[in-house]
Amino acid sequence: MTDATTTATTTTASTTTTTAGGGPGRGTGMAQRQALRKRRDRVRRWAWGIPMWILALVFLLPFAWMISTSLKPDLEAFRIPMQWIPHQPRWENYTEVLFGESSILIPFGNSVFVAALRVLGELTTATLAGYAFAKLRFPGRGKVFIAYLATSLIPAQLLLVPRFVYFEKLGLYDTLWALILPGMFTVLGTFLMRQYFVSQPDEFAEAARLDGANELQIFFRIYLPNALSMISALAILTFVWSWNDYETPLVFLSTPENYTLPMGLTSFTDENGAMAAGLSMAASVISIVPILLVFLIFQRRFVRAMTESALK
Amino acid sequence: MAIVDTRIETADGPAAAAGGRLRRPTGRAPSEPKAYVGWLFIAPNLLGVLAFTFVPLISVVLLSFTRWNLVSGFGGIEFVGLDNFLAVFQDPTFWRSLVTTIVYAGVAVPLTLVVGLALALALNRDIPARGLLRAAFFVPYIVNIVAIGMTWQMLLDPEAGLVNQVLGVFGAENLPQWFASSNWALPALILVTIWSQAGYANLIYLSALQDAPTQLYEAARIDGAGRWASFRTITWPSLLPTTVFLLVTLFVGISQTFGMIALITNGGPGDSTTTLSFYMYQTSFQFYRFGYASAVGLVTFIGIFAIMLLMWRAQRGRALHD
Repeated sequence: MTDATTTATTTTASTTTTTAGGGPGRGTGMAQRQALRKRRDRVRRWAWGIPMWILALVFLLPFAWMISTSLKPDLEAFRIPMQWIPHQPRWENYTEVLFGESSILIPFGNSVFVAALRVLGELTTATLAGYAFAKLRFPGRGKVFIAYLATSLIPAQLLLVPRFVYFEKLGLYDTLWALILPGMFTVLGTFLMRQYFVSQPDEFAEAARLDGANELQIFFRIYLPNALSMISALAILTFVWSWNDYETPLVFLSTPENYTLPMGLTSFTDENGAMAAGLSMAASVISIVPILLVFLIFQRRFVRAMTESALK
Repeated sequence: MAIVDTRIETADGPAAAAGGRLRRPTGRAPSEPKAYVGWLFIAPNLLGVLAFTFVPLISVVLLSFTRWNLVSGFGGIEFVGLDNFLAVFQDPTFWRSLVTTIVYAGVAVPLTLVVGLALALALNRDIPARGLLRAAFFVPYIVNIVAIGMTWQMLLDPEAGLVNQVLGVFGAENLPQWFASSNWALPALILVTIWSQAGYANLIYLSALQDAPTQLYEAARIDGAGRWASFRTITWPSLLPTTVFLLVTLFVGISQTFGMIALITNGGPGDSTTTLSFYMYQTSFQFYRFGYASAVGLVTFIGIFAIMLLMWRAQRGRALHD
């Protein structure tokens, strides 16, 4: 189809050129064809667009189900046929989840605390180290960097047992610090920042050194302000990892008061110990809101963060 | 932190040469920082990485040669040589978990790639509200695994779940029992995995498509190449590095999944969804056999690492060949 259109366009263009000034009839013919082509393009846009939209809606259907169920009493969740819009939306599910017996607010607060400290720590240590690997010369730099490269291949899962043992001995087991501390010093964050600083020119530093600036001043006043977009990308990534992390708290936390949000979601059960559908879904909706906000507000930067960390 | 005065420092080496070229044609280079400055900059990160990664890594290797559970305290650590590794290779659950992992990753990873690529090709056209559509497909990827897992667990409920209701409307009989059956639990897990990961593959492919060589398409069109021909000869080769990257990251990520398994099936029914990484989690934190779990983990890691190397090799080989 596309091929045909292009050929047609080319022919039209060349005919017009060769017969330029050939009379008004020619000109209107071209205008007509152009209008036709425009309409065809518009039709084609929608012909692709509508099925893709339907597909997207199907893809997002589980979230619609989640929201619908979050507004139903537990028993209604499985009624056949499924009722997408509850007759009487049960907002009490949300008040129960927020302020009830096993309030989601405590895990929510824990998650915010963990994420905030992880982001702060990660940004500090990763920018400093990334900058040094990129812009400062010191003996042993190459060797340390190779050690970092090797480390990046090791799955965190392999380190769970020794970390568990050490945290237990140090009194960090079942505290939020067991999640925060390892998350503050990551190899991947350092790589991302190094990659960014490598792309920056050396001349800034050389000029500043001539003017008598010391290394901290050069870093903070010259390179850091330029790196803000990369730093915010790393902040977003760290926040997402931290907010969604379920496996680390599963291993390192045991008291419900210390749970972070993903763990807290599992604590809504009915009398029989089965999952309480309405409450669990209401809590799930609440857990998604912050991450969705971050995504929608910073969408462009968010996507950049994802692709950037992928392609480097 | 100490403010380091570097003004009196003189330096030689490549940086000085570069500086000299730019600033002072004949004179000395501008002062280079002292060596320890670099170490001070990396110190916070390096100390953390040493404490939370290097030390645990050495420990896990050492632990794999011991028999130990936490209850007996450090005094109870017993050196057993290679016993754990020998036991791993004679452990039927280990072999079954290996097969499960291969099936799980072997099906989920390629399908995630295919779905991601198909979506990316479709979304790379001019369609209304394209940005919003792209965002929509990405949403499952950024939602925490517990919310996703609980939702799918109920959607795939054998009796009352929405999926089987819909299948029933279309007249399907012998409805799949999903997480309740040892035959269907793994396919259900694969389904949820693809659904949650495809948006990521889609995003990475979309950004790679933006760098596709547009002049080549023009040239191919002039040469009369059809759409399939230009996909096969231009698009696909230009996406190859991205594909290999996704193959490796998805493979590593998916083969390490244990949170979703712990949440939904706890490895069952039977051990039908016990992957290696869930088996490792189970031996360490449900059975507390730390020495043995370390050996399982090391063997798994070395295996995954070997497959990763093979993938890179294969890609490099093909790149040279072309």
